[in-house]
Amino acid sequence: MQLKDISPDAVVYYSIGPFDLNATIVFTWGIMALLVITSMIVTANLSTTGKMGRLQNMLEIIVQGMRDQIREISGGQEPGIYLPFIGTLFLFILVSNILAVVPGFQPPTASLSTTAALAVCVFLAVFIYGIAKQGVAGYFKHYLKPTPIMLPFNIIGEFSRTLALAVRLFGNMMSGVKIAGILLIVVPLIFPVVMQVLGLLTGVIQAYIFAVLAMVYIASATRTHMESQQKAEAQEQGESDNG
Amino acid sequence: MDSMSLIGMISIFTAGITIAIGAIGPALGEGRAVAAALSAIAQQPDETSTITRTLFVGLAMIESTAIYCFVVSMIVLFANPFWDAVQAAGGGG
Repeated sequence: MQLKDISPDAVVYYSIGPFDLNATIVFTWGIMALLVITSMIVTANLSTTGKMGRLQNMLEIIVQGMRDQIREISGGQEPGIYLPFIGTLFLFILVSNILAVVPGFQPPTASLSTTAALAVCVFLAVFIYGIAKQGVAGYFKHYLKPTPIMLPFNIIGEFSRTLALAVRLFGNMMSGVKIAGILLIVVPLIFPVVMQVLGLLTGVIQAYIFAVLAMVYIASATRTHMESQQKAEAQEQGESDNG
Repeated sequence: MDSMSLIGMISIFTAGITIAIGAIGPALGEGRAVAAALSAIAQQPDETSTITRTLFVGLAMIESTAIYCFVVSMIVLFANPFWDAVQAAGGGG
């Protein structure tokens, strides 16, 4: 077994100067094209009255479900500003993980570079949303809770959870693909199919977990008016504007 | 025993030990988490969605420890820097 069996990064189709066009990039763009074209086809003729198409129904269910989940997790905030980011993450990872059962498809989420990029996006989004909601001072006060002694641990936690986000998705997807490959060598009939089904389940759960954790991190940075904090803030500041 | 075979032997041994020990803790933890979630759902079926979501998030947190061990063992087996260095130095085949 070579390194290219571990990561689709090592499968290079052709090189242009210093840049390698590897399987990760190709399949990432493939998934992006699939999502974009599907959305364009569906949104080209939306109907609000009478019968709606099957695809429109499907998309409405997905979007509505994501909105409900975001509203629940973020403690009743309006999902409108989070939906594009979280929804894109969820749909991209979900499609990538589900298509892993297609023969010859190398899921880009089985490469650490993809998952690390997504995790960095979440890392930055936490800052952006948090500062947008609470202002710079209000956001960075979070790091001094419960005591200023916890400051280094809070900072370490910020980075380590980002790392965990990346490695979790990568490890799950990579292990699914690798186990399927190894089993094909050992038991070429029937049994790999069972593992593929298990891999499908894992992939869907991992996509869900990635999106939910991203939302949980963002919610923890933006949520100022939760029940537990409300009393403490009322004592500290007296009146605070409900945004 | 030359350094090449020693590195290979220790790498394989370490990978096995890593994944073996690294699977014990998360398995116990996830078992307890699922048991607690099941009893909670049994007591309060109305809260199933919240409990399930929290359970999945918690399981993901626990599982990431096992995943770390798995990734480390994979690196030791297939992308071992010491092995590559010895191979580059031309230490046997």
